[in-house]
Amino acid sequence: MSGGNVLEIRKISKHFGAVQALAEVDFMLERGEIHALCGENGAGKSTLMNIVAGILAPSSGEIRLEGLPVHIGSPAEAQRLGIGLVHQEIALCKDATVAENILMAATNARRAPLMNFSELNRTAQKVMNRLAPIPVTRRVGALSISNQQLVEIAKALTLDCRVLIFDEPTAALTEAETQALFCIIRGLKQRGISIIYISHRMAEIFALCDRVTVFRDGRYVSTDRIAEVTPDHVVRRMVGREITQLYPEKLAGEPGAPLLEVERLSDGAQFSDVSFTLRRGEILGLGGLIGAGRTEIALGVCGLAPTTQGSIRVDGQPVAIADYTDAIRAGIVYLSEDRKHSGVFLDLSIAANVSALDLRKLTRNGLVDRRLELTQAITLCTRLGVKMGAIGDPVSSLSGGNQQKVAIAKQLSVKPRVIIMDEPTRGIDVGAKSEIHKLLRELAADGVGIIVISSELPELLGISDRVIVIRGGRIAGEVTGAMTEEAVIRLASGVGGNFADVA
Amino acid sequence: MSLSKQEELVAPPVRTGLSLGRFGAMREAGLIVIILALCVAMSFASPHFATWGNVRAMLMSFSIEGIVVVGMTVLLIVGGIDLAVGSVVCFAMVVGGSMFLMGLDPWTACLIAIGASALVGAGMGFFVTVVGLNHFITSLAAMVIVRGLCLVITKGTPLSLFTLPPEFKAIGQGEFNGVPYVIIIFVVIVVLFDFLLRRATAFRKVFYTGSNEKAAEYSGIRTRQVKFWVTVLCSTLAGLAGVIYMSRFGAATPTFGVGMELNIIAAAVIGGASLTGGAGTIFGAILGIALLSVVTSSLILLDVSVYWQDMIKGCILLAAVSIDHFLNRRKS
Repeated sequence: MSGGNVLEIRKISKHFGAVQALAEVDFMLERGEIHALCGENGAGKSTLMNIVAGILAPSSGEIRLEGLPVHIGSPAEAQRLGIGLVHQEIALCKDATVAENILMAATNARRAPLMNFSELNRTAQKVMNRLAPIPVTRRVGALSISNQQLVEIAKALTLDCRVLIFDEPTAALTEAETQALFCIIRGLKQRGISIIYISHRMAEIFALCDRVTVFRDGRYVSTDRIAEVTPDHVVRRMVGREITQLYPEKLAGEPGAPLLEVERLSDGAQFSDVSFTLRRGEILGLGGLIGAGRTEIALGVCGLAPTTQGSIRVDGQPVAIADYTDAIRAGIVYLSEDRKHSGVFLDLSIAANVSALDLRKLTRNGLVDRRLELTQAITLCTRLGVKMGAIGDPVSSLSGGNQQKVAIAKQLSVKPRVIIMDEPTRGIDVGAKSEIHKLLRELAADGVGIIVISSELPELLGISDRVIVIRGGRIAGEVTGAMTEEAVIRLASGVGGNFADVA
Repeated sequence: MSLSKQEELVAPPVRTGLSLGRFGAMREAGLIVIILALCVAMSFASPHFATWGNVRAMLMSFSIEGIVVVGMTVLLIVGGIDLAVGSVVCFAMVVGGSMFLMGLDPWTACLIAIGASALVGAGMGFFVTVVGLNHFITSLAAMVIVRGLCLVITKGTPLSLFTLPPEFKAIGQGEFNGVPYVIIIFVVIVVLFDFLLRRATAFRKVFYTGSNEKAAEYSGIRTRQVKFWVTVLCSTLAGLAGVIYMSRFGAATPTFGVGMELNIIAAAVIGGASLTGGAGTIFGAILGIALLSVVTSSLILLDVSVYWQDMIKGCILLAAVSIDHFLNRRKS
């Protein structure tokens, strides 16, 4: 690794009012390296990256690019200096085509008064094909979230960058797409571009990066060569304490009686002939590639999407579920994968969020009983360890992990028999993640049936007692016993046929 | 830590019971200060301002519109909007008036008129929730259609209703112990709906739906029903306002209420209702319409040309929304 530092960050601090988000942090990026930046949510990673990308101004400190001090006052200035950022949250124009989005910066800089669409599409397709063959004439809004993420990445690739920042780029990607992205990132490195890679996923960091820097609570902790540390080391530095076990203990002994029995469920389009049984005390994982139909099955079971065929039994009793209200009454609740859009009410209070699922319970004479509402919200939020100001504060004031806990508190408020959790820890830091895992295991032990959908294989295997793999809307097989990632991937991708038991 | 102890630690239940409570209360206090300041200034500027006659006229003028504002506020909170309220007010007048002229007793005629207004709301609700159009376009169409209906029913000429029995006219013109019935009705409706909006379970669903429709659906709330009934409520209250106007004026003019919807929406927004849904209070909206009414009255007393009035009102709206935007941005 030669050529010295392309980007030097020295003693950068950032205050938001009284809150200190960054305290004199340092960060050195060498030319042509892939440098991982780790830390729990709130550690200050995103704040620092926003400063580097010109979105926020630092309170104090110095940034040097190629040895020269620079002032990065706006995103446009950052681009001019050759600093690109792939946002964690998708920031695309949903009504414009893929091509228009990818080349937005180029179009903005263009002098000609009229658009040249054929050239635009040709150029965009060339960039897009390096990641995935998504037709660039399609509207971005019509794409799946994972494809939108790829477009976001393609957009950054068009900029002529010296430094490229990836902020959790794989959160919504499948395994194959992730691998494609890694190839691209390595290609960029070959071309001398320096990369900052933010992620929570240790496996990715250790597969891709050269060095890793850890932040904790807005402070710099350490920088190491990847070859010289282990994932355990890094996690320990992130949380500042020993996490002896990443996942809670699995179920000891046999699971109990059947809690939820789904038989030959079909929706006539996205999935068909799905049958499975969830037993008391166990956590059942639903695996498969993005788009395999896992979420659709969950929505079908909960009455959030119509089904054409099949039956559902809870505790051996058949239940008719026409809409979600029926499901809630039968004790089946669904935690959405998309927290911001369908999980929480950001501008409403924490208490009001927790009550949303079953207002009838809190209603006396047609009025919401406030005392009951507050008691319920406080009890559940305390139990889940939600870090918050007041119970009347809007949910938007909480961090991602705490927002997710509020969403879970909402599910628990109805004392459910079965909770289907779709990507329960997406975009949540390591600490909160393991708290949620622990909580799931406790709930299961209390007799609540838990179904977990996760695209993160280590999590799926770590938390579940048993995994059903979905492929093309059908059950491809079941993985039990000593579960391996390989077994799940084989079933999910259809390699190696249908074997029902993988030891 | 015991539960009761923890409860002491959290902020007291906020006024709206939902969100931005302290912020909402701050805005309402601000509006009250502005209105009072304006009143004090005007009482020096014009000898006629602080007279009972003028105050009463102001109260009367915004009382009836205030009933419409209540419905509009709830609709704005659910994320909708109704441009047809002016037309519906007129529609209720015209239907009530022509039923009466056909020989029905005025009370029955008014019930039919309010029912017809509710039907207009149901029609809009159908197009919004079943067909899937948005509130803006649907109510824009309804505004024109209903206005057309008024002209058709009356053949374009005002209905003279001087034969209305005095006990009916009393609603709009009479008073109880010196307080006009109109104001009593208005206060009852405002207090009732302000309370319900803050406390009733049914109205809580309005906030959920307006704040995040998808999340509300994923909480088992039947959001289409909520939107439908709120649309009906808004039109029904407009119909009620219409029949009160009929009683007050003893006439039904097919061009009455043109442009009223803008005044109503402006009032609700000045009072803190969000055009994107999820936020708003009845009390704030009423302060909004009170402010507009005081301004109008002041301008008349100051002999400012009527041509200036709309411009000034527009500027007030712009100022209110800008301040709101500024405060919200500061907060986050």
